[in-house]
Amino acid sequence: MKAVKEKKIKQKKAVPAKVRRTWKVSNDRVRDVLHSVAFLTPSVAGVALFFILPFLVVVYYSVIRSPMNPDFVFLDNFISVLQNSSFRTAAKNTAMFSAIAVPLAVVLSLVLALMLECRIPCKSLLRTFFLSPMMVPVASVVLIWQVVFHYRGTLNVILSNFGVDPIDWLNSPYCLLVIVVLFLWKNLGYNMILFMAALNNIPKELLEVADVEGASAAHKFFNIKLRYLSPTVLFVAILSIINSFKVFREIYLLTGNYPYDGLYMMQHFMNNTFGNLDYQKMSSAAVLMALVMVALIALLFKVEDVFGKDVEG
Amino acid sequence: MKKNRYFGRFALTLLAVFFALWFLLPTVLTITNSFMTQSEISANYGKVFANVSGSDGKAYIADEVNLKFIPDKVTFHQYIAVLIRSPEYLLKFWNSVILVVPIVLLQLVVASVTAYGFTRWRGKVRSFLFFFYVILMLMPTQVTLVPNYLVSDWLGILNTRWAIILPGTFAPFSVFLLTKSMRRIPVSLIEAAKLDGSSEWQIFKDICLPQCRSALYSIAILVFIDYWNMVEQPIILLPNADLQPLSVYLSTINTSEVGLAFAIATIYMVPSLLLFLHGEDYLVEGIAHQGSVKG
Repeated sequence: MKAVKEKKIKQKKAVPAKVRRTWKVSNDRVRDVLHSVAFLTPSVAGVALFFILPFLVVVYYSVIRSPMNPDFVFLDNFISVLQNSSFRTAAKNTAMFSAIAVPLAVVLSLVLALMLECRIPCKSLLRTFFLSPMMVPVASVVLIWQVVFHYRGTLNVILSNFGVDPIDWLNSPYCLLVIVVLFLWKNLGYNMILFMAALNNIPKELLEVADVEGASAAHKFFNIKLRYLSPTVLFVAILSIINSFKVFREIYLLTGNYPYDGLYMMQHFMNNTFGNLDYQKMSSAAVLMALVMVALIALLFKVEDVFGKDVEG
Repeated sequence: MKKNRYFGRFALTLLAVFFALWFLLPTVLTITNSFMTQSEISANYGKVFANVSGSDGKAYIADEVNLKFIPDKVTFHQYIAVLIRSPEYLLKFWNSVILVVPIVLLQLVVASVTAYGFTRWRGKVRSFLFFFYVILMLMPTQVTLVPNYLVSDWLGILNTRWAIILPGTFAPFSVFLLTKSMRRIPVSLIEAAKLDGSSEWQIFKDICLPQCRSALYSIAILVFIDYWNMVEQPIILLPNADLQPLSVYLSTINTSEVGLAFAIATIYMVPSLLLFLHGEDYLVEGIAHQGSVKG
């Protein structure tokens, strides 16, 4: 018995230490890979099945003539979508809305966050108030918005006291303004929290030094705070862009499937192509949108790299 | 100088009050108006809703709407009507519940396992994968709906609840958020458990999940409100009106039932408002941890 044990020990010793270590290391590595695969597989499989594989098919659909007649036509579908007048209207309206709403969302939510940093009464109550729209389903408040923005609605009644002629808010070029108001109502709170967290993370010493050296509030804001906030500004901007595409909800619930021309958004266009089951059109539109999104995000990252590189965030 | 500061504070407070009113009034008005009698609602807003749902376009009648803060006569009549006489609304409410609750639960289960995978092991492939999830998360619904539609069509689940629940289960949003909060767990904690001989599953279950409890709660709230509010997905993936959630159906309400609309709208926001009031601090913390897209 003892002899066997000794033999075993001898055998173990016979393996050079270095080999043994590398064996152990690589063994660990194999185990790590297996473990990580085990933990990641369910999600990766699901994402592959529901998003990636079908998206590849979408890309395929966008470059062939039709599923029945799979000739490779390369850019033809894209060109025909780009020439489609309703696609153009939808793209123009969506871009215009985002161009107005996103900067406003970034600036106003930063204002709200800065406001809650100042000394004003009932701060936590105000925070709750500002955040509450985010938790209210659009469908629930749409009734009130309808009452407010109707031709005979509250807003026109109020304005008429000041001698302003009634405006048909939802059926005139002003409609975009209305939707911007609704968008800001829903999204400012969330963005504000992101900014509040970022403001909290600015090193206090830096601001104290600035105080001691007699820096003005504006100087402190632009040269210290904004620098540290730049990653958050980027994040809020990206979030707001995505959310600005979701504003279809408000428009759909307010005006139904066929809104005023100025409110015809990308999602309306997509709904129509789904309705006609026009695979080519909807695939090319989806691919185009994905490309625009990627380009926008890349651009924002680039901007962030240029402006935020001297701060570790 | 001092006077100037007081003026500044006054202006700030005024601004805060303005924002507070703007943010609060629509919700509050919806709730107070749900206690009005049918005739009062018709008298106040009849014109608006006749116009919205009428087929003959704009029919402007001289009457103006009268947005009221407090009803003349408080009544629970509308609620009783919704709960007893119009079961179709309760059915839609149930449709919302049966879509949203499974999505929240399944998405959290999948996401927590995945987040552990992304937290515990890093490598080129995995960080590329994580980056890919972030990009996917940033894609608007208009892009992801097309692939979802195709898959649902292939699997034959189009126009069933699964067409919404399954893509929702694998949505990358909560993977991103949970990974961010799991990475805040001190590595030493995990190392210590490993030295004690815990298996990976035990480390995940007994250390990581309890540490992330508040993050899980806040993500659950965020996912819940996102899907409680969904409009695009049901329109395209679930055109069957009998299965559609209340978030879509509320807009198709008839003129004759305008009185009920406010009550239904209020009932619909109760679950999310309760969640919010209960979990506000977790929610704020959860949002704050998002930080930036990078890293």
